[in-house]
Order: sequence, then C-alpha cells, then structure tokens
Amino acid sequence: MTEQRRLRLFRGTRNGGELKDYTVAAGEGMVVLDAVHLVQAEQAPDLAVRWNCKAGKCGSCSAEINGKPRLMCMTRMSDYPADETITVMPMKAFPVIRDLVTDVSWNYKVNARIPAFQPRAPDFPDGTWRMFQYEVERPQEFRKCIECFLCQDVCHVLRAHDKHEEFMGPAMLVRAAVYEMHPLDEADRSDHLRHEGGIGYCNITKCCTEVCPESITITDNAIIPLKERVADQNYDPLQWLWRKLTRQ
Amino acid sequence: MPDIRSLDYDVVVIGAGGAGLRAAIEASAQNAKVALVCKSLLGKAHTVMAEGGAAAALGNVMGEDNWRVHFRDTMRGGKMHNNWRMAQIHAQEAPDRINELEAWGALFDRTPDGRINQRPFGGHTYSRLAHVGDRTGLEMIRVLQDKGVHSGIDVHMECTIVRLFVAGGKIAGALGYFRETGRFVLFKTGAIVLATGGIGKAWQITSNSWEYTGDGHALAYEAGAELIDMEFVQFHPTGMVWPPSVRGILVTEGVRGEGGVLKNSAGERFMFRYMPDMFKGDFAETEAESDAWVQGERKKNRRPPELLTRDVVAKAITKEIAEGRGSPHGGVFLDIASKQTPEFIKKKLPSMYHQFKELAHVDITKDAMEIGPTTHYVMGGVKVDAETQESTVPGLYAAGEVGGGMHGANRLGGNSLSDLLVFGRRAGQHAAATRGAPGGASIPDAEVERAMREALEPFERDGENPFAVQSALQAVMQRNAGIIRDKAGLETALSELEALKGRARTVGITGSREYNPGWHTAIDLRSLLVVSEATARAALERTESRGGHTRSDYPDSDERQAREQIVIKKEGDRMAVRRETQPALPADVLKLIKEGT
Repeated sequence: MTEQRRLRLFRGTRNGGELKDYTVAAGEGMVVLDAVHLVQAEQAPDLAVRWNCKAGKCGSCSAEINGKPRLMCMTRMSDYPADETITVMPMKAFPVIRDLVTDVSWNYKVNARIPAFQPRAPDFPDGTWRMFQYEVERPQEFRKCIECFLCQDVCHVLRAHDKHEEFMGPAMLVRAAVYEMHPLDEADRSDHLRHEGGIGYCNITKCCTEVCPESITITDNAIIPLKERVADQNYDPLQWLWRKLTRQ
Repeated sequence: MPDIRSLDYDVVVIGAGGAGLRAAIEASAQNAKVALVCKSLLGKAHTVMAEGGAAAALGNVMGEDNWRVHFRDTMRGGKMHNNWRMAQIHAQEAPDRINELEAWGALFDRTPDGRINQRPFGGHTYSRLAHVGDRTGLEMIRVLQDKGVHSGIDVHMECTIVRLFVAGGKIAGALGYFRETGRFVLFKTGAIVLATGGIGKAWQITSNSWEYTGDGHALAYEAGAELIDMEFVQFHPTGMVWPPSVRGILVTEGVRGEGGVLKNSAGERFMFRYMPDMFKGDFAETEAESDAWVQGERKKNRRPPELLTRDVVAKAITKEIAEGRGSPHGGVFLDIASKQTPEFIKKKLPSMYHQFKELAHVDITKDAMEIGPTTHYVMGGVKVDAETQESTVPGLYAAGEVGGGMHGANRLGGNSLSDLLVFGRRAGQHAAATRGAPGGASIPDAEVERAMREALEPFERDGENPFAVQSALQAVMQRNAGIIRDKAGLETALSELEALKGRARTVGITGSREYNPGWHTAIDLRSLLVVSEATARAALERTESRGGHTRSDYPDSDERQAREQIVIKKEGDRMAVRRETQPALPADVLKLIKEGT
C-alpha cells in the first residue's frame, strides 16, 4: 500500500537556501527519515541528512518537522493527514552545514568543560563499590539522553537569544546532573553551573521536557535540583557564614 | 604536496565505538599523542545500539560463575572454531574491564545487595550480562566518551578514512576526508588501530546503520593484511519484520533473557524441537521447567530453549517460516506479554516497549511481537595476534568487530561489549608501545595524490547513481549469501559482484564536495565490494555448516574443518583464498571445554 506524499525540504548552506518540493511514494509504516532517504536515493543524491540507527537510539536525525523539533526516524508519515505537505527544516539553534545537517560541535565543547566524574574511594579493597537500585535510578534517567540536542534547539535562551557563550543549555545540564546526582561522585560543579554554565538563564518554561524523545523530565528532575544546589551554595546565609569561618 | 592538511600522531584510532574509545583512552594513558577519527559524530557509533548487556563472569548473581565457565561457553557457542587464546583472555579480563567502567562513572543496574546486576542470555550457562535496562551500549559509550574527552585525545568527527599507507613494510599513515568540507587530511603515524565495526550494510535486511560498510576490513585488505573467517556472519534471530520500513531493526535478546518465548502460527513453542546434540541436557525439556526457571527457580530447573545460541535459534525460525508456520508478515511470534507483567516489561525493556509502540503500533505488554532473522554481526575480520591485536601488517592493529578469531563461528550475545573493552584496551596499549621505535619510511607524495584522485573520480563522471549500485549489491548478498547458502548461489553472487565492480567504477556524482551523501556512498561502495566478495569466496570455500555459516548442500558440520580457517589476502589485483589450520588446543584447554573442569 503506497501513496504519493508531498515533502518540502530545506536545501542550502549557512549562506542561505530555499525550500524545495518533492513527491515520494510512501509505503506502510514509513517514517519521515525513510521519505527523505527516498528523495536522496532517487531524486537528489547530494541531499545532506545525518542519521545512524533509525530506531530512536542514537539521536542523529534531529530536525524540525512542520515546525516541531523531532527525530525524523521516530516520526511516522501517517501522523500527518495524507494531503498535508510535510516540511522538514534543519534545527534552528545551530548553524546549518548543508540541507538538514547542522553544526552541533558547540555541544561537544561545552560538555568537555563540565568537571569530570570523581568517585569516592572504593568501598572494598578489591576496588569496588556498593550502590543500590534506588540510588542509581535518579542519574540513570539522565543517562537515557541520546544527545539529539532537540532540547537545545527548542530552548529560547539558545534559539531566540543566541546565548551559546553564556548558557550551556538543557542537554548539558542533564549531562552535569548525571554526575551531580551520581551516588559515588564527590566533585562540586555548582561554581561551574552558576558561572560558565549560566544556569540562572533557565526560567523553567519546560519546553525542553516537552520535546525530549526519551521523555526525560529535564526541568523538574535535572535543572530545578541543580538550581537549588547552586542557590544553597551561594545564597544560603548559614552556609555562607560556615564557609567564611572554616576558611579562616 | 598539494592542498592537504597533514597531522602527526603517535597513534591513530579509526572508529569511535566502544573498541575505538577504549583503545584511544589506553594509548593516551600511556602518554601517546592520540587521534580518534570517526565517520559519525562522537557517541553515535553502533555500540550505542547494543541493548542486552556485557558478558563478564563477575559471579554477582550466580556465585558459581567464573572465567572458566565463560571461556567454555564462548568456545562451545563458537562451535570450537574460535582462536582459543583470545577467548581465554576475553573471559579472564572482562570482569576487570566492567568494574573499571563503574570506576569511570557507569551506572549499571544493581543486585539487591548493591552489586552490578547480571541477566541471563543465550548460550551463557549463568546469569552473566552486566546491563542497564535494554540500553547498555548507550551507557557504555557515554562513560567512555566522557572519560575520553578528559584524556587529551584529539577527536576528528565526521571524517572518513579512504586509504592506509604502508612504507618500508610498516604502517606509515592514513588519508581521510572531512564530510563537512570534503577536504582531505593526511594522518602520519607509526601505529593505527582499526575499530571500524562490521559489514552488515552489505545485506538488505540488517540491524546495522549506514556506517557498517566494512571500511576497516577493506582498508586492512588493501594494505596487505590477512582477513579470516569472513564466511561467518551472524544473523540475529530477532529483528522487526513489520512494517516494511523498520524491517531488520534489532529486538534485543534480552526479551528472551527476561522470559520471552518463541511461537509459530499454531501457537507452538517450537524451540523444544531444535535442540542440538552439543547442548542436550543443558536446557529445559518442558514448558513447566522453563517457566519455573523464568520465575527465578534457577538451581533446580534448566534454561528455556529460546536461550540457545543465536545461530541455532535463527535457523529454527527460518525453518518454521519456510515450512509454512510463520506469522502473517513472514516472521514468527515473540511473546513476553503472557510471561511477565506490564510493569516488569516496561522496567526491564523500556526501549523495546517504546520502539514497538512508536514504530509498529504494537503494545508488547499486551501482544506478541512479529520477528525474524536480521544481519547483525560479522565474526570474521582482520587476523590479529591474540595478545597484542596486531595484524599481519606491522603497526596495524584491529579491535572489536573488525578483528577476527575471538568469536569463532558464532558469537554469544553479550560477548561483543566485553570484547570491545578487553581488546580495545590491549590494542591501545600495544599501539602506544610502538612509540619511539625507529620510524618507517615516509609516504611517497605520489601515493597520496593517487588516493585523492581516485576518491574524487566520481565527480568527473556523468555516471550511474551510487545509491542504485549499493542497493543492487545488497540484493545480491541477501539472495545469495544470506542465512542459507549453496554452491550455485555463491557462484552467482561472485559473478554478479564482478559486474557490480564494473558499475561502481562508473558511478557519477553531482553537487559539491561539502557534505555530499552521494559521494560518501560512492566511496563506501569500494569497501562493500571487498567485504562482499570476501564473504562469498570464504563461504564457497567452506564445505560444511558451522555456526553462522550454513550450506544447504553441506548441511552437516565436518569435524576435520572445525579448526581450519579460510584466509583471504590481496595478491596483485586478485583476492586469494587459502586454508590454514589453527594450532591444536592444548590438552588441558580441551579437557576444560569438553568436561567443564
């Protein structure tokens, strides 16, 4: 069972481009990435698109489909009415390389600056630790992150205000939260989160949580607890006094 | 030299999945200057898709486990064809490598007493797979990625290597291009670690992504290294079959590990009928015994037959379908809904739940999945030294799927993630040790220029679309070198591949060099043709059935061929095939495998 579907794809580079219309024969169960691949294989071999697993596990094929940040591999063509044109644009918060491919290297640079994991000394002479399931479950939620960067794309601090220099964005806050809430970790990242990470820029609109294909509760479970940690460290008068005293 | 960036390193690692990252981390720890080159973005390699877990005899769940049992399971699962020393090193070192990941921040699921939990899996005597739900690979790659970025490694992302250079009999460097700009880069180095994964993109129905075009296998072959065991391709028993656009996507063996059962169209649990002699007595013989084992009574009961090795299960499914007992869309049924509660399924197999719900509109907590075999893994690869992972070309190492020997004729599930860590580390260690050794000769400019010219040729032609040639190649391999093979089919494959080589030489590209997938596909085709031919030639040469290699014209295993390896090597312009007998197993090792002590 195939039907003719209309696609409108961005073609261009960081210097600009245009939307181009294509028609493909869509088969049963087809996802948007399949349709884009059909265009590439049959009509435009130089159409640039990034993908790997095609099963929602690698986070490579992020784009904006009819205005919504989504993974192309997890968006079925049948989610849209048959007569609707499906428009695919590259993520807006990052510079376009070509067509649907954006330059996401900024995320990797931000990640490299997050202070590394620092475990406490092993619990046993054989170098191992004991951790319980209830302790690991919290950071395990953040490790579900597939680095699709859709949350970065939708975050207005990055998308509308272009604060890439000052704000690490929800994805990288989730990345920091893994270690901050790791039962074995002893590093303190609050200074980093406050200054270089610019956590204060987040005003909890929860757009990131809405677009997460892994359903990570980014705002409530990662960002708000990190904000509380930063506030406790920097604005709690008792802690301030204690630090002052112990430093002397 | 014309317009080309040139970079000097002590060690260049090609591929940034588990093996490549682990190799780079180790080489860097030895103070080598390391480049990690990957075809995709960092963290997107195939390891990310590994679901079930990493096998290591930690003995956390079943204290009886130890490396000897793991080694024995690996050899028997590999149908005694494995490089026994690699299998031994792997079983001995895997527990340390898993504990090390925990020290680097990995968050494995826990046992009630707070240790790393382990799940049962096909072919493993005891519960042995350290795991994180059904996204173990994602956890591993993130941990290694974060360890890597704090280790001072230079990562070159979206960079494809097109040629290795050998000078004075040793590795001297590699030529690559960046996808973003299409510009070339020359890596000068005395040590290269190949960690490029497998060849699954040579088939139509596959669990593998676009990257899996056998680049490492082909680069090593072109550089004069030997390939072994290329006939042994693993067809995973459970890939999705419906809808058509998701055909081949992996369904983790963890579904069966957590109690899922296989049924045919008559509702029969057919695996009880497919017990190989080698495993008689090790598996449950009734549904009641199997169910009791699933519910946790593991001392008195034996494992369900669904947990036989992958080669056995895939062939059983193929037979059920061929004999008319398949599901509506040409698979069989995998049912966990009738064996476990919805809460349990969502907790243990969250990404499977999600995958079926989103892509197939099937709720696996209520209904059975339709599944069938899918191309998954190549046991064959670059012939390496068991201790150092060095190939037959000095300075060239291979680790992970691109290396051959460890898994013999069939890989056990869970043995790949641990293989990556064990041999990735060893390759990195030994590659770094070549640092400071007297350098090889420098790479002649003419060779680099020729390699660049060849890579750019498709732009000069108004030829065939490379995607069309790739898809024709996949059809040839699916039809003639799939799960069941015979002489006539393999000969057809070889003659059709010969024709495809001609077509590949005439493909043409439009557009610029900047992020041009048509060009990338034209270059990948060269690798796909080498590995497809190697697989077909080796499969034709092996006149028996063993593990992942099944010949309908030679349906039985021939014990005289058990320890014989098919070796592939480039001689002039010809692909030469010869047989080599592996060294005999030492008496104590043989006794351990046969008798279990």
